[in-house]
Amino acid sequence: MLILKTLLLAPAHGHTIAHVIEKTSDEVLQVEHGSLYPALHRLEDQGLIAAFWGTSENNRKAKYYRITPHGRKHLLNERSRWDSLVEAVTRVLGPATE
Amino acid sequence: MRWRRYLERKRREEDFAREIESYLTHEIDENVARGMNPDQAFHAAQRKFGNTTYAQEAIRKMSTLQFVESFWQNLRYGLRQLHGNPGFTITAILSLALGIGANTAVFQLLSAIRLRSLPVKNPQELAEVKIAGGNRGWGLNPSWIGEATYPLWEQIRDHQQAFSEIFAWGVEESRLGEAAQTRSIRGLWASGAIFSTLGVTPYRGRLFMEADDRPGCGMSAVVISYGFWQREFGGQDSAIGAKLTIDGRPVTVTGVTPPEFFGLEVGKGFDMAAPTCALGVYGKRLDRRDLWWLGVIGRLKPDWPLPRAAEHLRTISPGLFEAVAPTGYDAGSMHTWYKFRLTAEPAGSGVSRLRREYETSLLLLLGITGLVLLIACANLANLLLARAAAREREMAVRLAIGASRGRLISQGLSESLLLAGVGAVIGAGLAGVLSKSLVWFLSTEREAFQLDLNLDWRVLVFTAAIAMLTCILFGLAPALRSTRTDAASAIKSGGRGSTVDRNRFSFQHLLIVSQITVSLVLVVGALLFVRSFWKLTTLDAGFRQEGIVFTFLDFSPLRVPAERIQPLKEQLLEKVRSIPGIESASTSTHVPLSGSSWTLGIRVPGFEGEGKGWSRFTWVSPRYFSTMEIPVLAGRDFNGRDTATSPKVLLVNQTFVRRIFGTANPIGKAVRSLAEPGYPETVYEIIGVVKDTKYSALREEIQPIAFVPDSQHTSQELWTAIVTRSSVPPANVVAAMRQAIAEGNPQIRMNFEVLRTMVNDRLVRERVLAWLSGFFGGLSALLAMIGLYGVISYTVARRQNEIGIRLALGASRPRVVRLVLGQLAALLLIGISLGTLISVVAARGARTLLFGIEPHDPVTLALSAATLASIAILASLIPAWRASRLDPLAALRQE
Repeated sequence: MLILKTLLLAPAHGHTIAHVIEKTSDEVLQVEHGSLYPALHRLEDQGLIAAFWGTSENNRKAKYYRITPHGRKHLLNERSRWDSLVEAVTRVLGPATE
Repeated sequence: MRWRRYLERKRREEDFAREIESYLTHEIDENVARGMNPDQAFHAAQRKFGNTTYAQEAIRKMSTLQFVESFWQNLRYGLRQLHGNPGFTITAILSLALGIGANTAVFQLLSAIRLRSLPVKNPQELAEVKIAGGNRGWGLNPSWIGEATYPLWEQIRDHQQAFSEIFAWGVEESRLGEAAQTRSIRGLWASGAIFSTLGVTPYRGRLFMEADDRPGCGMSAVVISYGFWQREFGGQDSAIGAKLTIDGRPVTVTGVTPPEFFGLEVGKGFDMAAPTCALGVYGKRLDRRDLWWLGVIGRLKPDWPLPRAAEHLRTISPGLFEAVAPTGYDAGSMHTWYKFRLTAEPAGSGVSRLRREYETSLLLLLGITGLVLLIACANLANLLLARAAAREREMAVRLAIGASRGRLISQGLSESLLLAGVGAVIGAGLAGVLSKSLVWFLSTEREAFQLDLNLDWRVLVFTAAIAMLTCILFGLAPALRSTRTDAASAIKSGGRGSTVDRNRFSFQHLLIVSQITVSLVLVVGALLFVRSFWKLTTLDAGFRQEGIVFTFLDFSPLRVPAERIQPLKEQLLEKVRSIPGIESASTSTHVPLSGSSWTLGIRVPGFEGEGKGWSRFTWVSPRYFSTMEIPVLAGRDFNGRDTATSPKVLLVNQTFVRRIFGTANPIGKAVRSLAEPGYPETVYEIIGVVKDTKYSALREEIQPIAFVPDSQHTSQELWTAIVTRSSVPPANVVAAMRQAIAEGNPQIRMNFEVLRTMVNDRLVRERVLAWLSGFFGGLSALLAMIGLYGVISYTVARRQNEIGIRLALGASRPRVVRLVLGQLAALLLIGISLGTLISVVAARGARTLLFGIEPHDPVTLALSAATLASIAILASLIPAWRASRLDPLAALRQE
């Protein structure tokens, strides 16, 4: 879902995606960048994203991923499911008390 | 999706490798931008990415289909293993193929004669009407189908209520073509309802029906079989309406039966079929009340199960037999007649002499081939086991580095599946060849068997089942065993234990013992059958079989009065005697050992009792005994003075004398024969005794025979048989006879029978059994030898260390040989005693197929045991000798 969200803005390659996720989550979500790739491939298999080879901003060859229309719809669905889940969990937990 | 990924997996992997590289370059670029030196930058990038191999593995896993991958891997692995060991592979596949092939072939034959139904509508509704217990040779039985006389059939047809439709049928050879060019064809004579009852529809034209079968219909129209149509008319539609000459009469072809319809006799087929009424033109056959030549088959009504039909037939029997009782028989025979009762038996798979004669033999063969397959399996299991043990270390290492047990087992299994698969395919091919040669083997010159031997689903299922069973049997055991080892201990012991682990070897020992046991059973069987056959072929029938040719002469086409036949016979006999090369000639009414017989009831005043009331009768001319080389032991031979008007005389054989007179002198005693149609009661005087001879078959006990001079024959028969002895080849005799007899009397029909050939043909079953059981016995012994050799050499290899120590400590070389052989001796002893036990029991079941030899014949048993023991010792001598040649230093250093 995070990957799909990242790609919503613009197509990107693996390296960029990893850094974007790391930065936008204020470095809370620290992952080994290597483990990102299997996830990317799985999404590609599911037809949620598509891949193509391109040239990066600093003139290096890189594999770019972009979100497909199907992926967009999937993200929307997941997003609303996630929101309702968070909402439900929050309601159960109640206001944070120390 | 997965399949696509699977197929593109190579490209994917390269793709991903580049992707990783791309990541790293980007990261390095950034790191350098941050001010790291290139080396630091590279390492930092790698740290950031994490475990590349792990990511690669994860991706690769996504693009594999586990089962496909492992299947191919296993297969490749199996192939590699088999390829690396061509000797083993060839032995394994060959023995499997032979085992499976032989099994399938025998099963194919068995299924063709036993399991397959008649190719007609609802065959399970068909039932055969029979006399319970058979007619016991009552009256005249021209063929083996003899369930009813024609008048009896009419009674059954008119009085039964169990069948919706019913028909009678018989078979008879006919002559096709004109005068000199005639040849014999198989005729199927049936009552009108045959095709409607069976539900057989015409392939071309029309078949005869109930309405066509009316008294006095004449021989004018016939139906031909599909085979005859193809052969004679090339399958042309113009065959319908074509004219044929059958038995000298012009007939019209009206229809063709469908290709799958072979008549009612399995394995025989027919050429032409005609309604029984047509036989009216052949004489009085349809009126004869003592001529059993018909079979009766009907379709049961829906609410009449077989037992009810049988009961119904039994109840109506007395009336039926009463109505058509023959005349001219004595009271004793008639008593038997009135006690005949009809019954019903299933007829759905046709009737077959083939089945009667060969079913037991084929079942036995199936048993034998099954055992051979078992031995082949045991052999392979042994070989695989030995190999598995040799690869124990490899397995242990693989287990230790994390291979799953299931994976290793499936690998072992796939190897044996490969063997079984290849073996089964070759075996199926072999089966086709084998079953055809078996049919060829069973067929004799005069009787060709026509069996539908196409590989059908039953045979396929059977082959597949054998293959699978084989695979599991010999694949799973070693596979399971090889993975059960404790990895640590296997690696530690270096794959070569210094002592023998008892548990492991018990299974192998079991295999060896069972192999020896089964082989012994097969060798005993082979010896029994071969010796039976040998005894039969070398049996003294009481006369010399070589050089004897019988010539049947049919005088009926001459259309001369009966009283002219006797002078004609004598004239022909003189002519035959003058043929160069013919040493002796006479006439006879009976061909010995041909299976036919002629019996008359007799009474001897003062000598009556159990078993004394009958004798075989044969009418012969003078010089018969010198021609057959049967010695006259007492009294005199027939001569020219024994004529129709002189006192009636008899020569009897030794058994006749022993059976009826005991020790009393038979010469001069009077014997009264009981009346039969054409054979009025006659009183004969015994004038001599001849040596015992076999009468209708080699296997039978000697029977009482009475010989009457041909000139005193009471019935004026229009045929005779001339028996000749000569030392020139039978083919020349036949040609010379044909020429001599046709000269002056071209209309006389002739048929020849070379006695020795006929006797051999009648021993087909025994010969086939002897050959095949001999072959399989030898094969099993060979397989056992290979198996033993493999196991013993393997054991020796395992114990190399121990033997080395023994030798180093001063054991002598013969002692080492004894050590190896000692182990074998125990197994051999168990195997042989078990095998002997089983053979005796099994052979008892096959007693009827043996001749002149007891099932527990000690010579055979001892000989088999000795053969197997020497084979076993031979097989283990080489490895034992090799063990004793061991260099103790080398053996110990290997550790």
